Amino acid sequence: MDIYRAHVLVCGGTGCSSSGSAKLIDRFNDKLAENHLEKEVKVIRTGCFGLCEAGPVVIVYPDGTFYSHVKPENVDEIVSEHLLKGRKVEHLVYTDHATHEQNAEKKLDDITFYKYQHRIALRNCGVIDPENIDEYLAMDGYKALEKALTQMTREQVIDEILKSGLRGRGGGGFPTGLKWKFTYQSQADQKFVACNADEGDPGAFMDRSILEGDPHAIIEAMAIAGYAIGASQGYIYVRAEYPIAVKRLSIAIDQAREYGLLGKNIFETGFDFDLNIRLGAGAFVCGEETALMHSIEGKRGEPTARPPFPAVKGLFEKPTMLNNVETYANVAQIILHGADWFAAMGTEKSKGTKVFALGGKINNTGLVEIPMGTPLRTIIYDIGGGCPNGKKFKAVQTGGPSGGCLPESLLDTPVDYDNLIAAGSMMGSGGMIVMDEDNCMVDIARFYLDFIVDESCGKCAPCRIGTKRMLEILNRIVEGKGEEGDIEKLENLAETIKSTALCGLGQTAPNPVLSTIKFFRSEYEAHIREKRCPAHHCKSLLQYKIDPEKCRGCTACARACPADAITGTVKQPHVIDTAKCLKCGTCMEKCRFGAISRE
Amino acid sequence: MSDKEQKYAELQQIIETHKDWPGALMPVLQAAQEIFGCVPEDVQKIIADGLGVTLAEVYGVATFYAQFSLQPKGEYVISVCLGTACYVKGSQAVLDKLSEMLGIPVGGTTKDGRFTLQATRCLGACGLAPVMTINGEVYGRMTPDQVPGILAKYKEA
Repeated sequence: MDIYRAHVLVCGGTGCSSSGSAKLIDRFNDKLAENHLEKEVKVIRTGCFGLCEAGPVVIVYPDGTFYSHVKPENVDEIVSEHLLKGRKVEHLVYTDHATHEQNAEKKLDDITFYKYQHRIALRNCGVIDPENIDEYLAMDGYKALEKALTQMTREQVIDEILKSGLRGRGGGGFPTGLKWKFTYQSQADQKFVACNADEGDPGAFMDRSILEGDPHAIIEAMAIAGYAIGASQGYIYVRAEYPIAVKRLSIAIDQAREYGLLGKNIFETGFDFDLNIRLGAGAFVCGEETALMHSIEGKRGEPTARPPFPAVKGLFEKPTMLNNVETYANVAQIILHGADWFAAMGTEKSKGTKVFALGGKINNTGLVEIPMGTPLRTIIYDIGGGCPNGKKFKAVQTGGPSGGCLPESLLDTPVDYDNLIAAGSMMGSGGMIVMDEDNCMVDIARFYLDFIVDESCGKCAPCRIGTKRMLEILNRIVEGKGEEGDIEKLENLAETIKSTALCGLGQTAPNPVLSTIKFFRSEYEAHIREKRCPAHHCKSLLQYKIDPEKCRGCTACARACPADAITGTVKQPHVIDTAKCLKCGTCMEKCRFGAISRE
Repeated sequence: MSDKEQKYAELQQIIETHKDWPGALMPVLQAAQEIFGCVPEDVQKIIADGLGVTLAEVYGVATFYAQFSLQPKGEYVISVCLGTACYVKGSQAVLDKLSEMLGIPVGGTTKDGRFTLQATRCLGACGLAPVMTINGEVYGRMTPDQVPGILAKYKEA
């Protein structure tokens, strides 16, 4: 193996790739070659570092210097200064959001964004080259599989997972060990393990980051699961929208086969196990376990009633154990370090850590992994840096289309499965979207319902028809046509759908509406009774006005108005004809005197 | 062999290699979508015959999933992310602006076959929200007033 004096780690996660990190890698390689450093410095494309907001991100080791917002032209400076002369490029170093310090000596763990985190599922993301199995092996990779196969019985493996208290990270929170045990107990000539990588929650991308940054962790965990329950074949069901994840997973599977870590007689123990990838094709409902299995079978991804549970009759009618990506990402660590180590983290009923995708109106968009029990406030303010542009925090949404919006007053809630459900939301797969004063909560509820109506598979009436009726009511409300009694109608429909829909998607679909009614009822009432949107978001309820005191009659607004709704003579105050106004807001953007307001 | 014949030969090849897979229909449809850009009825028929399933089953699957399109898409496919993170940061306004400028509804294709406009769910680039992609090229932190300039690039190209 070649020895290098320095390593340049460039984030190749989706966020950084989208902002051009591939170009950085090419430029680094070119510049290093120009300076004859290619044998001394190695450039590695890693998985996601988590701090997407600062992307593209580059870390130079052994110093551990953290460069953010790196542009291709900055590469020349990093090579000529840092790598050639050993002088850190101070002005490119990441500025800590809390301390406003640009300190080149600070290590990753000292940065506020990382300080509160504890990375287990994300342990290798941003650290290793995901396309190189040797790097995974160097991080104790496949040691847990070896330990399970050579030193533990199948029962011991299941017992360890049970004792660890690990619960399903896909949203439901079912004890993982129990799932393993039930499938183990089923008698059949063939069983399957499956991995749910059909991350459908709009705004969650941790599974994608794990697959992109540490694909071998999933392969190893699935092999351990296969050994434990008695399966020789596994399927990974990945969204087709995740091309980078699919590619790295395929490379990883090939490498594992080549090293004999997948295939026949693994570690010469007689255990056979192999994996196949199946691509999803864009259906949110396929995140539901029975629907996902039908999809792997090549059918329409419609859910079926349980029981029978997949542990008894799943994929191709055989007992099947399905876990989510993040759940699997914890497994090897639990086997290596023991159940007690894992159970020491978290709260009484929620052990370990949880990864959240922080997004929306928050300064540090990105992926964070925190111990269960961390208060929402710590995640949003200490790690996330709060709302940008001095705006006031209004709500945080967790659990995606199945979850709810929580207000400021619940920010001290320690995050775990049970607390979030008690608060009216749920853990879900870990999307965490922050909303500020400019977001209308009625419109957010409408947004989620629109998503559900679009994604409902149509099999059962409550979901197919009920959510559509709810959406119609919400559309009326945001258009200013809400009526007295609409809120009660929504609540009624919601309760009926919750108790009668066939699958989890339908049963939880009304949650965003119910939680916004619970915590932001006054916003609904303002829309219905006063025909007013308190957040000034809903177009139909907006009115643009020109303040005659401030207007200088520059005509900029009148010229920009696409509907010719603004009239007036030069140097005289202008007027908006509200009947003609399209409420596009162009006039407000164009006015240089702040004379136009909306309410 | 003409371009068209080549494509059908490729499809036959895919059907041959997948025929005995459990659950072969989805991967075959995905490959067909890749080859033809869409899965029209004649392609569905070939798949049904090749895999020994009914056309109804193939049609059922092809229309269930958002990824499969029965009609060809435009030369440039514009996708605006309507994932939650992008939505709360105003991606709807970007989508509206595109729809207005192209004169097509969401899901539509322009008459000249140049552009298809679609809304997608989370692309996973929430740090760049609001995000749109044109044939895979990513445009982040979008505002409606950036739309005309970006479209102009593709109209000329």
